[in-house]
Amino acid sequence: MTAGHDRLTDVRAREMLATVAGVTVSGTGATIVAEVASDHWREAAQFAKDALGCAFFSFLTAIDWKDQGIEVVAWVDNLDAPFAVELRTKLGPGVTACASIAAVYRGANWMERECFDMFGVRFDGHPDLRRILLADDWAGHPLLKSYAVDTPHPPYR
Amino acid sequence: MPDVRAIDYAGSERLTMNMGPQHPSAHGVFRAILTLEGETVVGVDAVIGYLHRCHEKLAETLAYVQYPSIASKTDYVAAMSSELAYVMAAERIGQFEVPKRAQYLRVLMSELQRIASHCLWLGTWCMDMGGALGGGATIFLYCIRERELVLDLFESLVGARLLYGFHQVGGVRYDIPEGWTAECRKTIALIEQRLDEYEAMLDDNPFFTMRTKGVGAISRALAQDVGVSGPLLRGSGLNWDLRRNQPYSSYDDFQFDVPVQAAGDCFARYRVRMVEFRQSIRIIRQVLDGLPAGPISSRPGVKSLAQVKVPKGEAYARVEGPRGEVGCFLVADGSNKPYRMKWRGASFSNLAVLPHILIGCGVADVVAIMGSVDPVFGEVDR
Amino acid sequence: MSWGALPPAVQALVMGGVILGALTGILAYVTLLERKFAARLQSRIGPYRVGPRGLLQPIADGVKLLLKEDVIPETADRPVFNLAPVVFLIPCLLIFGVIPFAPGIGVADLDTGVLFFLAISSVEIVGLFMAGWGSNNKYALLSAMRAVNQIISYDLPFIMATLVPVMLAGSLRLSEIAAAQSRLWFIAYPVIGQIAFVFFIITAVAAENRVPFDILEAESELVAGFRVEYSGMKFAIIQLAEYAHVLGTSFLGALLFLGAWAGPGPIWLGPVWFLLKALLVFLLITWVRWSFVRIRVDQILRVSWKLMLPASLLLLLATAATIVWRTPHA
Repeated sequence: MTAGHDRLTDVRAREMLATVAGVTVSGTGATIVAEVASDHWREAAQFAKDALGCAFFSFLTAIDWKDQGIEVVAWVDNLDAPFAVELRTKLGPGVTACASIAAVYRGANWMERECFDMFGVRFDGHPDLRRILLADDWAGHPLLKSYAVDTPHPPYR
Repeated sequence: MPDVRAIDYAGSERLTMNMGPQHPSAHGVFRAILTLEGETVVGVDAVIGYLHRCHEKLAETLAYVQYPSIASKTDYVAAMSSELAYVMAAERIGQFEVPKRAQYLRVLMSELQRIASHCLWLGTWCMDMGGALGGGATIFLYCIRERELVLDLFESLVGARLLYGFHQVGGVRYDIPEGWTAECRKTIALIEQRLDEYEAMLDDNPFFTMRTKGVGAISRALAQDVGVSGPLLRGSGLNWDLRRNQPYSSYDDFQFDVPVQAAGDCFARYRVRMVEFRQSIRIIRQVLDGLPAGPISSRPGVKSLAQVKVPKGEAYARVEGPRGEVGCFLVADGSNKPYRMKWRGASFSNLAVLPHILIGCGVADVVAIMGSVDPVFGEVDR
Repeated sequence: MSWGALPPAVQALVMGGVILGALTGILAYVTLLERKFAARLQSRIGPYRVGPRGLLQPIADGVKLLLKEDVIPETADRPVFNLAPVVFLIPCLLIFGVIPFAPGIGVADLDTGVLFFLAISSVEIVGLFMAGWGSNNKYALLSAMRAVNQIISYDLPFIMATLVPVMLAGSLRLSEIAAAQSRLWFIAYPVIGQIAFVFFIITAVAAENRVPFDILEAESELVAGFRVEYSGMKFAIIQLAEYAHVLGTSFLGALLFLGAWAGPGPIWLGPVWFLLKALLVFLLITWVRWSFVRIRVDQILRVSWKLMLPASLLLLLATAATIVWRTPHA
């Protein structure tokens, strides 16, 4: 982290983030919410890590908004300032592909595998995209709203 | 004579060894497929998910009054922190008031839980390194003896030893009974004394330091990049404790130190947790001295499922559990059930660092590192 | 027909039979002693339900192991697998053949008693490796490889440490070493005696694969190591052999350093004193076992080759120098 980031406040970070292509900034206080267009997802994550000094990767998950499609949410922190950046991207109705940020944040590796496991979102550029929590031969993606809680599944050994 | 399965010694002596899921030191159900060259680990494939119960889907089917008891089953060793994250998220969205007394009680229980959890960590870690039939078992039994005292306190308060159901949206469900405070003070005084014994036994013990110093070092950059938290982050030199940096539930009313060690190895994490023990005791004493009178919940007497409705909104509430940042990202849609709940388990991110640090160490070190990372698989798999 | 009239071969046989019988009984109760001792260290009681104060526990354990099913893995190397416990047991029992329990009582009081003891006790490695190999199990194999490595490394300083009393007594015959301590027990010998005893204990713990040097079993990593595939009576034999080896080494330690059967009271109390001293050494080893965590195999080997071997060589030289210096020249 360079010296400039110690003095980086959330206000300044908000301004900087607003200048990035495809990003709409909202939220108040120490949590900056950034709505990112899905084709700028990796650049936005890279910007948050390099320019905003958000080196701490908290989590990455998805929300199934039914007809509006899936939204991927990532939360990163700048531990020095401190402030947090909540990066969100709407994939669009029916779209299940998203860029992978595993090369940017190593913690995203397992988180994206879990997203794939639970929502079926394929992360392009992920080094090893396979199911993490469920068995490899599981059919379906449980956290989708279309997957009923009592979906019958074959008994396992 | 049946065919003896041949081990391929051609070229380098590579052996694929499976550690777990049934394994005395897997800390739960964890499978590590290790590729060994002699005694050195050259490849790790961590397989998790044996304890997956899909809490996140379950939360969508349970009301806000029902789920806190279930939340404790994620990090079942530190159930109080687990429940707290969930109710805090709901309260943050709905802007629910939490009375001061309830906040102090939450702090009290969280710190007691930290002590109990660290007791279990120390005992099982030493047992992994020393053998269930050996010196490790001795330390294990001493630590469990201390943990039992804390669990007795919880039992007289809530009625359960491991999984509580103490928190509810708007406050807590139980108030401390007669004589509990005196018992609590006695218990923590005894534990403080015993901590001196443990430190005397382990700090300068050459066998112990040989096994832990320089083993499993996590660099500052790696720690943040993967998202490890808690003692792992502080053991790698980062001064980040949610109780201090993003205080919740009146933590800013209390004085306590946040231990930070620069080395990043198992010994550093051990030192961090040992100091945390004492700081928890310090906080508990302050809470007991300053516990205000008042209601224990802003929404008392919750009787029906429909009573707690959280308006539309989203929030991410994070708690400093014994293992690190336990967080609950909640999306509410105005009904009495969440629309989406993401559980950020501390152990999931902590465990994710293993493939990066296990390469190049011996098989015995795998065990020492796993113990110092202290995963609880309820949190990893949810 | 008096004792002396019997031919020596029959004498040795009877003696051997008596000692073996007594040994089996003692070994069974030594396991109980260890469990009770460990329990007290860990602020608990230990076995106390079976029989009065748990005294029938070893018998219950013996019956249990006898009744257990003998499971042999399908792909195990059968002859090797089946023979391994026996090959492991025999050397561990043979070492008792050369220990004199009282002046004149013992199976065979060899001229080279100490040498025989050390040589035979090393043969158990063969049984150990057979068990590891025959199980056709990666854990067992890994453990057997570590065991061979470790035992060979620690046998050298072990031999050096036992050579100190040999040099002080001037003989390899165990009864003579015991007799030479009639004035002063070798452990009380200034500096050299104490250091030699400490080295003896350390290397004995390592050569017997006890914590903190029990990397070969390391339950939390290798899940019982070389004996992971054994069940029932074969497992009992392996356990018996291990305890026999520990007890045999304790007897050796008591003889070499603690004066064997020397003690107040009539001469027939000698073997009792000897047993008590051996149990003391055994409890010392057990105390170490239940107090420390284990260290890694590379650290164990480093301690052996870089620390114990040079140190024990120096000790031997110092002993030789002391003897020369103290012997009045004719």
